[in-house]
Amino acid sequence: MAAATTSVICAISNIFFSTPDASRRRPATSEAFWVRAVLIALALAFFGLFLLMPLAAVFAEAFKKGWSAYAAGVVDADALSAIKLTLLVAAIAVPLNLVFGVAAAWAIAKFEFRGKQFLITLIDLPFSVSPVISGLIYVLLFGAQGWFGAVLEAHDIRILFAVPGIVLATVFVTFPFVARELIPLMQAQGTDEEEAAVVLGASGWTTFRQVTLPNIKWGLLYGVILCNARAMGEFGAVSVVSGHIRGRTNTMPLQVEILYNEYNFVAAFAVATLLALLALLTLGVKSLIEWHAADGGQQNAFIERGEK
Amino acid sequence: MSISVSNINKRFGSFTALNDVTLEFPSGHLVALLGPSGCGKTTLLRIIAGLEKADSGEVFLEGVNASKLHVREREVGFVFQHYALFRHMTVFDNVAFGLRVKHRDLRLSDAKIRRKVQDLLQLVQLDWLADRYPAQLSGGQRQRIALARALAVEPRVLLLDEPFGALDAKVRKELRRWLRQLHDELHITSIFVTHDQEEALEVADRVVLMDHGKVEQIGTPDEVYDHPASPFVYGFLGSVNLFHGRVDGQELRVGDHALQLEAHDLAHDASAIGYVRPHEVQLLVDDGEVQDGLPAHVLRIVSSGALATVELTRDDGEHVEVTVFRDYLRQLGVQEGDRVRLKPQRIRVFPAESAKLATPQLAAA
Repeated sequence: MAAATTSVICAISNIFFSTPDASRRRPATSEAFWVRAVLIALALAFFGLFLLMPLAAVFAEAFKKGWSAYAAGVVDADALSAIKLTLLVAAIAVPLNLVFGVAAAWAIAKFEFRGKQFLITLIDLPFSVSPVISGLIYVLLFGAQGWFGAVLEAHDIRILFAVPGIVLATVFVTFPFVARELIPLMQAQGTDEEEAAVVLGASGWTTFRQVTLPNIKWGLLYGVILCNARAMGEFGAVSVVSGHIRGRTNTMPLQVEILYNEYNFVAAFAVATLLALLALLTLGVKSLIEWHAADGGQQNAFIERGEK
Repeated sequence: MSISVSNINKRFGSFTALNDVTLEFPSGHLVALLGPSGCGKTTLLRIIAGLEKADSGEVFLEGVNASKLHVREREVGFVFQHYALFRHMTVFDNVAFGLRVKHRDLRLSDAKIRRKVQDLLQLVQLDWLADRYPAQLSGGQRQRIALARALAVEPRVLLLDEPFGALDAKVRKELRRWLRQLHDELHITSIFVTHDQEEALEVADRVVLMDHGKVEQIGTPDEVYDHPASPFVYGFLGSVNLFHGRVDGQELRVGDHALQLEAHDLAHDASAIGYVRPHEVQLLVDDGEVQDGLPAHVLRIVSSGALATVELTRDDGEHVEVTVFRDYLRQLGVQEGDRVRLKPQRIRVFPAESAKLATPQLAAA
């Protein structure tokens, strides 16, 4: 957005201040004014129509009947329970995927082994299958008619239509975020520093903690933020395994859907604003991390100065 | 401390990196592993360090079989081509790393670590950079810090993998002289890998020449330069001119001309190639009276500093390079286009078929 605005300003200032002489000296990579204007207008129109307007609509609908109606929608018992469940699921799924993701990225980036490409493809699987299928996998496994259905019933363990099922589906869907973020980063960094640490006598754990982890921390945080956003916002897979039991197995996205289907628009959009705020917060933190990481990168680029 | 390796084999897929390599590295020496890229020199170094595992063969450190020891138990210092400094730590923390990760019982007190790191930074003449980060240092400074870090744990041997490979020419020259001085002070058994023959000849006590996973020759810099054991070594250690001909007693017959040979063990009438360094060819002005040597004409004269390289074409079409002092060239009065005669001062002959495997630098020209 900021970039787009800057280019608009540049474009405008170009019309007013450029002379025919200057236009002849146009840099090789810049386009004619009308091309730039059309492209920028298109981008802004798209941005406004598909991103800004829906976001505004969510807040407008939520506050349509005033602050008290909005507050009532948020503090409703079922809504609160949905918020709690969403936080609980994220609190379990994100740390699990943090560990899985780091382990997978570590294995792929730092070691050579047979079947590595296959493992990378496998990590992408949750991205490539529809979330509904992801949910159905668990129904097939743990449902009453599923592979483990009889065993689970015999021991009175509930996975489907209960919290464990929601957690499992969320873990599956959000698995690639951390690993995907770390693999290219760790591959680019190579194994030199780890080798240096081991030669100096450091144990595997010390090497990871003192050498690897500090080098990947921004990438890791970035992956965790994205993973968390998806864990809280996941609808499809969770919808299949949750059973939509009000106050028990409804996460926030599911709660929004139920309220909406009941024509309870204010309450539906009130809960939706929370998810929208989460998204905005995620974007904010993400930008902050990118800015930080770029800053570190600049420090790294601040090199190759003379010997003296 | 001495290092030896015996019957080391290593393959990467279908590529043979090391083929039955057996070597001795005497205690206190600075040895260069020299060879073109892909000759297996870095792999050998990494196997000695324990960073790579040999398919078969043994590594002995001070006579004790270290093949089964983990890297961190081998007590070697390793210096990487691209420094491998811990980028998020200061110079001080980098050097202190090896001391701080030691087991509690063996670890020095903080004060002692501090003093030791300061001493090491003074040794590499960079104590004023203790608080900087690696990204703020130049390449030469980084490599010196990497060396200080490797020395901090008092390794039994020092292994350097192309330590100056990533530096520019001037810094590289300074740093290798400095490394030589440092080695003369510390006398720690050291092996360094390089593909730069000048670097190996200048810095090392002994040079090990490798090609295609095999050791080609071992010797002092003078030995390997003056008495190359194979066409490969001849070609790799500097420029060389080739004279194709047939052996006739103590002479090499090249066309109608005879060239005097050094002692050799080739059979009479064997097809052979004479190897002559550019500075071992005498230029004679062809005034019609001289009958000695091979006739040729001067193609080009390239001056650099005190020396001049004269590029010539022999009458039979072969290319020859001769290096002489510019003063001498001026005295001779030889200019581009002139006719001269070439008289090799020292010719080493190798059988013609052995040269096919080698890659002498001028052979292709």
